[in-house]
Amino acid sequence: MCKGLIGKKLGMTGIYTPEGERVPVTVLQVGPCVITQIKTVATDGYNALQLGFGEQKASRINKPIEGHLKKSGQEGFAFLREVSVDNPDEFSLGQTISPDMFKVGERVEVTGRSKGRGFAGVIKRHGFHGGKKTHGSHSHRIPGSIGCSATPAKVIKGKKMPGHFGNERNTVRNLEIVDIRPEQNLIMIKGAVPGSKSGLVSINKLKFGK
Amino acid sequence: METIDQLERENMRLDLPNFVAGDTVKVHVKIKEGEKERIQAFQGVCISKRGGRMNATFTVRKVSYGIGVERIFPLHSPVIDKVEIVTRGRVRRAKIYYLRKLRGKAARIKERRYT
Repeated sequence: MCKGLIGKKLGMTGIYTPEGERVPVTVLQVGPCVITQIKTVATDGYNALQLGFGEQKASRINKPIEGHLKKSGQEGFAFLREVSVDNPDEFSLGQTISPDMFKVGERVEVTGRSKGRGFAGVIKRHGFHGGKKTHGSHSHRIPGSIGCSATPAKVIKGKKMPGHFGNERNTVRNLEIVDIRPEQNLIMIKGAVPGSKSGLVSINKLKFGK
Repeated sequence: METIDQLERENMRLDLPNFVAGDTVKVHVKIKEGEKERIQAFQGVCISKRGGRMNATFTVRKVSYGIGVERIFPLHSPVIDKVEIVTRGRVRRAKIYYLRKLRGKAARIKERRYT
């Protein structure tokens, strides 16, 4: 069985349950995901499927990629990503993977590239509370003390400080699937997922737990 | 974006009448008590309507036993059974929050008439 899919984040909205409760959902366009390569233990040392997703202009496809895709009878994809798979013999090249593999109510994990925030301070980056805003205080958003004195006479490694924040690979686990529409290749997931709209995400079965 | 628009349109309530701030409305709300479901009406002046598409809400204000009560309803919530327009009011603002400071005769709203 295939353990994941790749897709695009379309944006967020809310839907109401019949009881009138509003559920925040992220809408993901998953697929059509086409199998472009099948990796097996015998040939590659591990089992995986390479999936192609998204349209790409023919002029942007270079010769090596074109030759690689020709094996599965495909023309061009914006993204090629691998997903893990239990038994690669069930699949064939050029096959389309449908979001049917997930069930409504199932918990999944979603990986994406988070929004870049540039060089961020400790309040935005680590959730520090900051200093007083008034009463003569000048320490509004500064981190405060970063260590002790003569002992240990250095700043401890891993101290949370300002720096580059975002634009990194992030995974959110245990997200619930609210709705699946295989004919439109849509998956609706409760809550937020990393990344901006139209960012690439991968939806995977939970690696641990159920 | 079109996909989300389309998804929202599927769930939107298009059966509700088009009312605006200043109108007196009667909102029939479904209330669940254990197993039973009954309908309660909340009548008052709509003082604001905000948000678009699925996020839209409206605020209804009434004065109950001398105390002002405001309730915010999600416009597309399935909890709303129906909305009746009692009277249409003539006001010059989209948000008639000034009504909160007025009481008695001053808090009346002129009826809107179509010619």
